[in-house]
Amino acid sequence: MNSSENILEIRELRTSFFTDEGEVKAVDGVSFELPRGKTIGIVGESGSGKSITALSILNLLAKPGEIKGGEIRFKGENILTYSEKQMREIRGNDISMIFQEPMTSLNPVYTVGQQIMESIRIHQGLNKREAKLKAIEMLKLVGIPSPEKRVDQYPFELSGGMRQRVMIAIALSCNPDMLIADEPTTALDVTIQAQILDLIRELQNKLNMSVMMITHDLGVVAETCDYVAVMYAGQVVEFSDVRTLFKNPRHPYTVGLLNSLPRHDIEQEKLKPINGTVPSPHNMPKGCRFAPRCPFATELCRESLPELVADENNNQIRCWIYSDEWDGDPEVNVHDSEERTAKG
Amino acid sequence: MTKFIIRRLLQTIPVLLGVTILVFSLMHLIPGDPAQIIAGEAAPERQVEQIRERLGLNDPLHVQYGTFLGNVVTGDLGTSVRSSRPVADEIGARFWVTVELAVYSTILSVFMGLIAGIVSAVRHYTLTDVAIMVVALFGLSMPNFWLGLMLIQWFAIGNWIPESLQPFLQMRASGWGDDWRQVILPVITLGTAGAAIIARMTRSSMLEVISQDYIRTARAKGVKERVVVYQHALKNALIPVVTVVGLEFGALLGGTVLTETIFAINGMGRLTIDAIRQRDFPVVQGTVLVISVLFVMVNLLVDISYRFLNKRIDLN
Repeated sequence: MNSSENILEIRELRTSFFTDEGEVKAVDGVSFELPRGKTIGIVGESGSGKSITALSILNLLAKPGEIKGGEIRFKGENILTYSEKQMREIRGNDISMIFQEPMTSLNPVYTVGQQIMESIRIHQGLNKREAKLKAIEMLKLVGIPSPEKRVDQYPFELSGGMRQRVMIAIALSCNPDMLIADEPTTALDVTIQAQILDLIRELQNKLNMSVMMITHDLGVVAETCDYVAVMYAGQVVEFSDVRTLFKNPRHPYTVGLLNSLPRHDIEQEKLKPINGTVPSPHNMPKGCRFAPRCPFATELCRESLPELVADENNNQIRCWIYSDEWDGDPEVNVHDSEERTAKG
Repeated sequence: MTKFIIRRLLQTIPVLLGVTILVFSLMHLIPGDPAQIIAGEAAPERQVEQIRERLGLNDPLHVQYGTFLGNVVTGDLGTSVRSSRPVADEIGARFWVTVELAVYSTILSVFMGLIAGIVSAVRHYTLTDVAIMVVALFGLSMPNFWLGLMLIQWFAIGNWIPESLQPFLQMRASGWGDDWRQVILPVITLGTAGAAIIARMTRSSMLEVISQDYIRTARAKGVKERVVVYQHALKNALIPVVTVVGLEFGALLGGTVLTETIFAINGMGRLTIDAIRQRDFPVVQGTVLVISVLFVMVNLLVDISYRFLNKRIDLN
């Protein structure tokens, strides 16, 4: 896959937080790419570095966060080398972002119209009247009824679902090439979730956008994404297209995630959780970060960190099981974890 | 909005009535017979009785209150027993001096406090921030009568500043009103504590706001950092600061007594103190009433400005 097809390529991104207790490597060598017009899902537990990766792309990290290294290529250019001014031209214009909390993501003292217009006026240089018309048009686009009235309302006058629609209107007002959606439906109730996801997908097709969907919900991934990057403790552990991931997950962590989902196609009395907890960022395991929780972990896993290796279909995996060095059972089947867990 | 203001104005009526009751009670709660005090210790009983009759002190209390209220509403605050001038005139002569002093001091507080608070917040945990907060703590902890005395000592009496600048800072024996330059020292004296409070309030409020999700949203839109801080953040951060400014201003209206005394300013504060000392009850009543009404009005203004800043404060 060459870079002209990819709108975004992240290479070995490292982002750290410098706290009193020392450096916390929130994102530690993350790599993935997003083909133009496609959707990538970034999946992982809380604290796996999903949101930090997203904020790194727009260089919106709050202190004491800092990008330590790597490359973020957007349309072929490494935007990590961009100045603050150049980044401002990208934010909200080429790359937009919507956030998890629609209730707090809009400024309470400005009308929704003003907040949509701000983006339009910064990036498209329209005057007030034109920008307002455009704002109304955007509200209509995201399915808000009577947009002429809503445009002059304040966020507190809108429901959570409506506010997330407004956020989407702000994000899409300048026809961005890429939308980063950071858990856009987590704070919404289920019926509204589906509406918002449908809306994003519909607008993606209409505007030919690429989407980076950050979520911990595999259901959302299955429904919306073309590719998936599974993140664990600041690293990508598996990357593949969505069909392969669901049909044939390879990383024991991905398998664990899928097993912990309720299913209606098979009989099951209890959900299978992944044992243990995410390692503390202050005290990362020496070897594979998932090793302490992995039912298949061997000496090799605990001692050294596997590389992210791509196969001929660009499906990537960070696991010793798929390497030649693997020192465990050569016939191991990662889908067989139940028996293993019981033994361990 | 108009409806809101009218409703809020109507709400002040019971408060103001309460104030008049308290002020009216002053006269009757303070030990001693006002008529006796007015007439003097040695006055014959007949004269005291005459005064009592003239002041209506023999009427039932509710009748007295009714008369008092009726007079107040029509602007008649009684007559000073010392100067025999109408209390309204006595206050009128001093009122604007105090208001002027309070307004200038508040302007100084807001100006200095906002700038210091914003700079502190934007550069939080840097040396600048620490320095500003230490100075603010000093400003807050200094009793203002002491600061006033020190300012006089340094600038007006001592030779701490170049000759050429002296006239700008010198106090004149004649007191307030001759020269705008006389305003400077009292205003600094009164404004310092307020500036410190506003600086601390602005800083903490800004720090809280700047970590909010909507600030990140603004940055994600490509908004300039300057606009993020001075529009998106400040407009939200000002909401609690406005309350403090209002309270400070209200406190200054009634609390300039010491400063007025130190700088020999003939304002309301001094009028009140002198009246208390001389047992000039109608004047005490009048000043307390006027200061209370002003305070209520200032609070009303704060409430109204809230509505402008924060649209969530609903009409109901």
